[in-house]
Amino acid sequence: MSTTLQEKKRPEFKNIHVTQILSYRLPAGGFASFLHRFSGALMFLALPFLLWLFDLSLTSEISYGKLAAVFSSWFVKLLLLGLCWALLHHLVTGIRHLLLDLHIGIEKEAAARSAVLVYLISLPLTLVAGLKLFGVL
Amino acid sequence: MAANIGPKRLVVGAHYGLRDWLAQRVTAVVMAAYVIVFGLYAIFALPAGYDAWAGLFAPLWMKVATLVAIVALIYHVWVGMREIFMDYVKPTWIRLFAYVLTILWLAACAVWSVQILWRV
Repeated sequence: MSTTLQEKKRPEFKNIHVTQILSYRLPAGGFASFLHRFSGALMFLALPFLLWLFDLSLTSEISYGKLAAVFSSWFVKLLLLGLCWALLHHLVTGIRHLLLDLHIGIEKEAAARSAVLVYLISLPLTLVAGLKLFGVL
Repeated sequence: MAANIGPKRLVVGAHYGLRDWLAQRVTAVVMAAYVIVFGLYAIFALPAGYDAWAGLFAPLWMKVATLVAIVALIYHVWVGMREIFMDYVKPTWIRLFAYVLTILWLAACAVWSVQILWRV
């Protein structure tokens, strides 16, 4: 009977409250999925900023020239780096989700592995984008 | 068409979000294809400078391809943001307000992108 007693003591997370987020151990797939959602919302909020950059880049040679000044600000660079991460993470986890929908890598171990693999692809690419942005490359 | 799934659930015309689920994935494939092809080309093959950049968007097919990707993006964002609001915003009127704001915002972005593309 000790096993059933122990089972009853396990914490329950029926509706996760904000205060429980840190004590709740999300599996790797859940964490990647949460960041997929977070990065998507981030890009949604940045949409007008990106359209503004697109507008500047295409309207005329003069407005194109203004881009260099915009890009020279460290704040803009940081913002663009954040958006590069968001795009790369969203894209890679998105491809993972599509593969899971096709029942590819759906087994528990394979899914847990691919949930970690996404960072091994998205983070180095973000690093390259960052080095390029800050003029190291 | 109504079909019984299991002993208790009656599936009727609402499709339980199947259409949005499918649209989310189709638009994702469209965007991924555009971003990967366009990104690789812009990074590795496109000469620097305004002329090459503006020249890239000059042909009609590129305008159309870009607009298709943007429309896919907007539908994708709508489904995703609606999902987020449904999960976290419980009071109905605030959620409705967020939906309306999102739709207007995305519609404005779509119109703006048409203006940007067709001015080149």
